[in-house]
Amino acid sequence: MTRSRGRQTVRIAGGQGFWGDWLEAPYRQVTGGPVDYLMMDYLAEVTMSILQKQKSRDSSLGFAKDFVPLMERLLPILVERHIRVTSNAGGVNPRACAQAVAALAHRLGFGGKLRIGVVTGDDLLARLDGLLARGHELRNLDTGRPLSDVRDRVLSANAYLGAWPVVDALRRGADVVVAGRVTDTGLTLAPMIHAFDWRPDAWDLLAAGTVAGHTIECGAQCSGGNCLKDWQTIPDLANVGYPIVEAGPDGTFEITKHPGTGGRIDVAGVTEQLVYEMGNPAEYITPDCIADFTTIRLTQAGKDRVRFSGIKGRPATDTLKVSVAYFYGYKAVGTLVYAWPDAYKKAQAADRVLRQRLAALGLKFEAVLTEFVGADATHGALARASAPLDDLPEVQLRIGVRSPDKAPVERFTREIAPLILNGPPSVTGFAGGRPKPEEIVAYWPALLDKRMVEPCVEIVDA
Amino acid sequence: MRLLELAHARSGDKGDTANVGLIALKPEYYPVLVKQVTAARVTRHFKGMINGPVERYELPNLHALNFLLHGALDGGGTISLKTDAQGKVFSTALLRLEVDLAK
Repeated sequence: MTRSRGRQTVRIAGGQGFWGDWLEAPYRQVTGGPVDYLMMDYLAEVTMSILQKQKSRDSSLGFAKDFVPLMERLLPILVERHIRVTSNAGGVNPRACAQAVAALAHRLGFGGKLRIGVVTGDDLLARLDGLLARGHELRNLDTGRPLSDVRDRVLSANAYLGAWPVVDALRRGADVVVAGRVTDTGLTLAPMIHAFDWRPDAWDLLAAGTVAGHTIECGAQCSGGNCLKDWQTIPDLANVGYPIVEAGPDGTFEITKHPGTGGRIDVAGVTEQLVYEMGNPAEYITPDCIADFTTIRLTQAGKDRVRFSGIKGRPATDTLKVSVAYFYGYKAVGTLVYAWPDAYKKAQAADRVLRQRLAALGLKFEAVLTEFVGADATHGALARASAPLDDLPEVQLRIGVRSPDKAPVERFTREIAPLILNGPPSVTGFAGGRPKPEEIVAYWPALLDKRMVEPCVEIVDA
Repeated sequence: MRLLELAHARSGDKGDTANVGLIALKPEYYPVLVKQVTAARVTRHFKGMINGPVERYELPNLHALNFLLHGALDGGGTISLKTDAQGKVFSTALLRLEVDLAK
């Protein structure tokens, strides 16, 4: 924690918007200027099931593998500058992740100089039958169906933990926190609670930290990346600066980035991120509180600096969200490109031929979806109504099928290539070969009584 | 004129629902959005592209509206066969809507 402009400030840098985000970002965040914490979010909804699959093959796996080489690059800097890390890189195996980081720290000569906090208790897979037997139905939040409908196909089940177990790890001296399914927002809120000793019922403050977390949880998406307004004038995206929260004890904070980096932080761009993946803005529900996004006041406080104030919150609910992944079926997507003249008409004709052949084979699918990329794939009928489609230089036919069974999907993948020689003319773009049937692992959101989940924090000394 | 001249937008997903956050380019445009970009109009705009209802929420503090387009993503996430399975560009599709600044 530092003092800047006459007040206590904690600086939390967002280093990773998702697993697969820019590898350079966390390095630049810890070297580009002063920060106190590096926050890294790795877990998307379906990531947990992929990690579960890896763990079932090898009990030493099941976490975000990229985290270890990243720590190899960052640890010398983190130790020297006393920067602490909050992450959910632990996936479904936080202990194994912590052991890997501890072994690395030893190898780099930081033995005795690094404490790793391990947050578990989110994993419900082994407890699922017990919970169902005790009447916790884990009904799907979207469809209302009870989990028992797909119980035999469940691959992973995790409750979303909030900031408090991460706070516990920080209080016990953890330099690097490796959590399982902790919310993205909790990873940012936790350092603020820890730095300012916020109380568990300080709802406005917890809501402020939650809003800060939402703002930086998608990395550069609040600092110029994927920003629609004035997108052509956003400078130097090649060197885009990832966001930094500069928070004060009163719940006000500013979002900024390191000097000399690209991108832009202004009210318009930050607002785009605030409404991203938004439900009811007055009720942004996390395990820690309910944040009211209709109370946020934004002001431009300087170049690349937006100030947040006025944020109100309400008490947390008595449930936790649970993310279940289950096996759904198979899908495949095939593509071919048709060229001028009559590109769109040729692609449409090929689609009709293909569908007729699928029907003649008696193949049954849950869904068959055709899109014409370059014409209507993203904006559908709205695009067809507004632009002339009879003179397009090329159109990609993109056709996808989905089924509970593999056989019809497999057969479908063999019906694309023949069209090159036995369908409409001027066709190309098939160098990628035959499409492959893909397993669908689907997401099942549910709620669970908070009392059924007991977060656990352990400290591993490297 | 098109909504594109009065607002910018970003969209994302929650399961089979796409959300579109619509933000006035100038504060004085916000009342125009509130009056003309109603849930009913957005439902008609996306006819054939979504198979559920549209909900609208107001964020006057941010001069923004948030729309939830239910049944927009062919099942959503990994199930969806759509190019835009995560609903990322429903945002600009909404900006095609015709509005009248003089109204």
